[in-house]
Amino acid sequence: MTWDIMLILLVDGLSTGAIYLLAGLGFVLVFSVTRVIFIPSGDIAAFAALTLAAFQSRMIPGSIWLVAGMAVLACLAECTTLLRNGAARQVPRAIFFYAVLPLIPCGVGLAIASHDVPEALRIATTIGLILPMGVLIDRLTLRPLADASTLILFIVAIAVHFLIAGIGLIAFGPEGVRTTPILDGMVPLPGDILIPAQQVLMMVVALLLSLVFYLFFGRSITGKALRATASNRVGARLMGIRPERAAAAAYLIASALAAVVGILIAPITTMYYDSGFMIGLKASVGAIIGGMASYPITAIGSVFIGILESWASFVASDYKEIIIFSVVIPVLIWRSFAVHRDSDEEIEELA
Amino acid sequence: MNTFNSKSPSMQAAAELGRRNFLKQGAGVVAAAAAISALPAGFISSARAESGEIVVGFITSMSGPVSSLGIPYDQGMKAALAFRSKVGDKPVRLIALDDASDPTNAAVNARKLIQENNVDVIIGTAGSPGALAIATVCAETKTPLICIANANPQGEPGNWTITIPQPAPLMIAGTVAHMKQAGVKSIGYIGFADPWGDLVYNALTEASPAAGIKVTSNERYARSDTSVTGQALKVSSTRPDAVIAGGSGTPGALPYLALRERGYKGQFYGTPAIINPAFVKVGGAAVEGLIASTGPVVVFDQLPDSNPTKAVSQEFAKALKATVPDAVPNAFSGYSFDAWVLFLAAAETALKTAQPGTAQFKLAMRDALTNAQEVVGCHGVYSFKPGSRYGNDERSRVLVKLEKGEWKLMA
Repeated sequence: MTWDIMLILLVDGLSTGAIYLLAGLGFVLVFSVTRVIFIPSGDIAAFAALTLAAFQSRMIPGSIWLVAGMAVLACLAECTTLLRNGAARQVPRAIFFYAVLPLIPCGVGLAIASHDVPEALRIATTIGLILPMGVLIDRLTLRPLADASTLILFIVAIAVHFLIAGIGLIAFGPEGVRTTPILDGMVPLPGDILIPAQQVLMMVVALLLSLVFYLFFGRSITGKALRATASNRVGARLMGIRPERAAAAAYLIASALAAVVGILIAPITTMYYDSGFMIGLKASVGAIIGGMASYPITAIGSVFIGILESWASFVASDYKEIIIFSVVIPVLIWRSFAVHRDSDEEIEELA
Repeated sequence: MNTFNSKSPSMQAAAELGRRNFLKQGAGVVAAAAAISALPAGFISSARAESGEIVVGFITSMSGPVSSLGIPYDQGMKAALAFRSKVGDKPVRLIALDDASDPTNAAVNARKLIQENNVDVIIGTAGSPGALAIATVCAETKTPLICIANANPQGEPGNWTITIPQPAPLMIAGTVAHMKQAGVKSIGYIGFADPWGDLVYNALTEASPAAGIKVTSNERYARSDTSVTGQALKVSSTRPDAVIAGGSGTPGALPYLALRERGYKGQFYGTPAIINPAFVKVGGAAVEGLIASTGPVVVFDQLPDSNPTKAVSQEFAKALKATVPDAVPNAFSGYSFDAWVLFLAAAETALKTAQPGTAQFKLAMRDALTNAQEVVGCHGVYSFKPGSRYGNDERSRVLVKLEKGEWKLMA
């Protein structure tokens, strides 16, 4: 292995790691606030890629109907719950949040689908369409079980993944797509090495979003409320933080991250309706390294997985996946010794 | 194969159990049901005996992940039916079922076609696992199968099957012959980490030593991989004169793209599995100039008039245009059409000795199909030998080059 090959592999690994980092942050965020290992976030990322590709080939993406359908169902579910609880006054608000807001990007998407519009508008509409997905999936499938054990939530999340992937096949068809790169061309590095500009963009975006993440959780009230809910649900509730609202915020942020992942990755690989699962699974290895709790360790773990994958695909491409997922075993052993169990979790298991 | 064989007795047992449960129910219900079910069955068989109608079962994947192949298969069959739906003076009836890309469904469909519709022959299906499942059912019920997926069932199922698509070694040998001619001394390989990747690699290592070509790498990737940069670097670090990739469809474009991105300048070769419009779209400029082997139907309008398959392909294209106006002939719809051509030829022979709808006719069909000689289809000229499922020779292989997004026949 020569020096320049090592350097190219390193950059390739870092850019893949940047993707896992963004997806991994979403995993940790949703898990710490809601105790759900949100497997469908990978599918949401794939849907973002397929939606953008559909816009680029002047077609109406299937995600518009998917979001519109979920919005109507979620709105009905929310209104039924509110009426049953005698909170009819909150119904207009629910209609606004669960039906009107998600339907706005659907309308915009329908309007721009067959026209020549700037790339930025397509990307913005794609993000707008993907944003409500996490919240709507949560409202329809996971919220009614919010108090169930982590295991049940995990099983439901897997079931939702299969459901969503099946719907994705109907909505987007079986063929793979690639989008046109946001940044075209190559960036020269010292030593006659060329790096695709898109990979540089992936790393820069991941770095910037990590910074935003850091500031958001350190400085903003919403960020602090999310952290409070993560560390102690009951205590946060006593302080006037609504767990439902915290959960909705977490899903919204996780969806946004998934949308960015999908849009960044679609120009460098071929995306299918079911491609997201593998990305999510590898990102979850990074999140497991971070104990599903620590953002900085998750970030380091995700980048490590990216570099390991790149290295393994060069050295032993046949055994690449085995090498990556084998990392989980020593990490779990190490964590089971190093971290003592959360007291909340124990109470829950006793109950 | 063992898994398929071991499955069928248990399926029979399940069917037996179902029957017993049924008998336990009220006698009146049973009698009524028997009367209802006996009526149409008797009606059908007497009608069939009068008209001598031949019934063909067709299974394909209209939904699910294999549907990107299954839908062209269906279009080809529609064209075939429009092309000719009579053998002599006997009408042919086609019953088409969707297996939703699921081998279990394919087997259930085959059983249904054989038991309820009493079909004389089955044509199916889009995926190899599904085709193997059907072959097992066909052997058990002594029904001939014309297999349109590239599957090679062994043992008793193999005795009832003929396979239309060209075997991989035949196709790879064609590209290797071109490499030799072009002075290629070393070839890099990167393929799927699945049986197709193995099949192409084995065919390549088998054909290349005789041509004096060294295979420099055996890299693998998966459809879901986000990057194949590592593999591409490994391949180009072995400095091969050319590279052949063992992928299929759109995921097959990934290694070519990665190699060009890393500055690899050599010639690209491909397998028939990549020839579909989506591959050209995804591959873009990186796959320009790629050389692949495929069936002649893909470039039929560029063939010389002396090629026997050209006339058949023209008939096929005409029939396809009449039935599915926006479809153009491709490899997969061509396989369906050839299955039909072989069926028509075999039925003519079988009708001399037996009546449709009988076990004797199915046996005669099997013998006629597995002994078919010099039958001209749009993918080549088929001659089957006992003991082998494949009936293709060099006439079912052409080399094509991708020029400006179009496949061009190479002289």
